[in-house]
Amino acid sequence: MKQSAKSNRTSMYLKGLWKKNAVPYLFLLPWFLGVFALTIGPMISSLYLSFTQYDMLTPSKWIGTENYARMLDDPRYMQSLKVTFTYVFASVPLKLIFALAVAMLLNKGIRALPLYRTVYYIPTLLGGSVAIAVLWRKMFGGGGVLNEFLLSVFGIQAPDWVSNPKYAIYSIIALTVWQFGSSMIIFLAGLKQIPMELYEASQVDGAGRMRRFFNITIPMLSPVIFFNLVIQLITAFQAFTPAFIISGGKGGPIDSTLFYTLYLYQKGFAFFEMGYASAMAWGLLVIIAIFTAIIFGTSKYWVNYADGGK
Amino acid sequence: MNTTSRAQAMGTHLFVILLGLVMLYPIIWLVVSSFKPSYLIFSDLSIWPKEVTLDNYTKGWSGVSKSSFGTFIGNSIMLGLICVVGNVVSCSMAAYAFGRLSFSWKKVWFALMMVTIMLPHHVTVIPQYVFFFKMGWVDTFGPLFVPKLLATEAFFIFLMVQFIRGLPRDLDESATIDGCGTIQIYWRIILPLAFPALITTAIFTFIWTWDDFFSQLLYLNSPGNYTVPLGLRLFMDSSGESNWGPMFAMSVVSLIPALIIFFSLQRYFVEGISTTGIKG
Repeated sequence: MKQSAKSNRTSMYLKGLWKKNAVPYLFLLPWFLGVFALTIGPMISSLYLSFTQYDMLTPSKWIGTENYARMLDDPRYMQSLKVTFTYVFASVPLKLIFALAVAMLLNKGIRALPLYRTVYYIPTLLGGSVAIAVLWRKMFGGGGVLNEFLLSVFGIQAPDWVSNPKYAIYSIIALTVWQFGSSMIIFLAGLKQIPMELYEASQVDGAGRMRRFFNITIPMLSPVIFFNLVIQLITAFQAFTPAFIISGGKGGPIDSTLFYTLYLYQKGFAFFEMGYASAMAWGLLVIIAIFTAIIFGTSKYWVNYADGGK
Repeated sequence: MNTTSRAQAMGTHLFVILLGLVMLYPIIWLVVSSFKPSYLIFSDLSIWPKEVTLDNYTKGWSGVSKSSFGTFIGNSIMLGLICVVGNVVSCSMAAYAFGRLSFSWKKVWFALMMVTIMLPHHVTVIPQYVFFFKMGWVDTFGPLFVPKLLATEAFFIFLMVQFIRGLPRDLDESATIDGCGTIQIYWRIILPLAFPALITTAIFTFIWTWDDFFSQLLYLNSPGNYTVPLGLRLFMDSSGESNWGPMFAMSVVSLIPALIIFFSLQRYFVEGISTTGIKG
C-alpha cells in the first residue's frame, strides 16, 4: 500500500517534470547539441591535447606540461606575444578615442547625421574583408599611394610600411583604428542618453568645456566605455585576417606581424603540431580571461551605473 | 544664432565632411583603380583616371587556376544563405526557451550560454578540425554551416533573448486562452514580433560568413569549393604587377553584397549595433 503510494508520487513527480521540461528542452535541443559536441567537448579535448604531442596521424602522446614549458622558451612565441600586445594596447585605445571623438562631434546636433553616421560606418562594414586587407597592403607598401602622396606633397621619403619590420605592425593598427564605426554608433546612442540639464546646470556653474567633458560626459558614458572596451579587447586579441593577408600568411617581415593567432595557425595547421597549438590556444584563453577580469575588477572604481550597478 | 556660433557650426560641419572623405579615400581609390589599365594603377595616382577600361573586370571574372570568380561568388552566396537560415532558426529556438519559458536548470544553461559568447574559438578549433577531418568533411561546406545549425554563435541567442524579453507578455497569455500551445506561440507570436532581431541576426550572419577567412581557409582546399575571400587570396598569391587590376576589380565586386545589404536595411544595423553592441 505504502509502496505503491510512493511510486505513484514518484511517477506524478516525473510526469510533472516531463510536462514542465519537454517542450523547452526541445527548443534548446540544437543548442545543446552544439554546446556539448562543438564547444565543451572540443574544449576538454584541446585541454587534453595541450598536454600531449599530436600530429593527427599518430596517436597522441602524453608529455605533461612540456608544451607549456616550451612556449616560454620559444622565441617566436614570445615574439607573437609582443606583437599581439603591441597591437592590442595601441589599437584598442586609439580606436575608442577616435570613436568617442567623432561621436561627440556628430552629437552636436549636426544636420544630416544619418548620412555621416553611414560614411563613418562604411569602413567597419567592409574592413574585415580580405579585399580591404589586400588594398591596405598595396596602399601602405613601398611605392603605394600613401608614400607617393607624402613624397609629392610634403617631400617626405617615407619608409615602406609593409615590408619594413620596424613599421609593418603600424599599418595593421591603422587598419583596425580605421574601423571605429561600431564603437562610434554605440557611443552615439550613449551620448543621447545623457540628460541635457546636466550640461546646462554645469554651464550655469561656470564649468568649462574640459570640466564638462571629464565631470559629466566621461562618468555618464562610463558603462558604454566599459562595454566597448571589453568587446574590443576580446576581439583584438583574436585578430587574424589583416595580419595574414598583409604579411602574405607568414607574419613577416622577420616575424614583425606574427600575431598570436597567426602563429597558432602555423603551428597547428601548417606544421601539424596540434598539441603545441592547443597549449597556445589555452594560453590565449588565459590571457583574455586575465584582462577581462582586470577590467571587470576595476570597473567599480570607474564605471558609474545610474541604478547603482543593479 | 550669432555669427561666431554659426561659424563654429560651419567649421564643425566642414571638418566632419573632410574627415569623412579621408575615411572613404581608400575605398574610392580602390574603385577608381579597378577601372584603370593595370600599367596606370601605380604610376598615375590621381582619382580621375586618364583612361577607363573594363578589362580588369572581364579578366578578373574569368578567375585564376581554371575557376571563374563567379564560382567563388556562387559558393559564398550559397554558404551565406545556409548559415543565415541555420542561425535564425536555431538561435531563435534557444532564445525563445531562455526568454519566455520556464524549465529546470534554466539559470545554469543560460550562464553557460553567456560564457560561450566570450570564449575565443581557438580553444575549440583544433579538436573540431580533427573531428571534421575524421568525418571526411574537410573540403566540404559541412564544417562551415553545421555549427550554425546548432546555435554555436551564442551571441545571436543573447541578442534575441534581449529582444524577446521586451515583448509584452499579454499577447502570449491571450494566445494561451485562445488555445495556442507553447510551440504555436513561438511560431505565430514570438517569431513575427521578433522580426527586427531576426533581420539583424540574418544581416550580420551573412556579412560575417561572407568575410570569414579563418575557417574557410582551414576547411576549403580545392579551388572549385573556394569562396570569395579565398578567391581573392588566390589572386594575391599568383599576382605579379599585371594581376593587380583584376584583383582590385574583383575586390570591388566582393564588397558589393555588403553594401547592398547595408543600404537597404540600414536601420536594422544602427538598432542592432546600438542596442546590443555588435562588435566589429
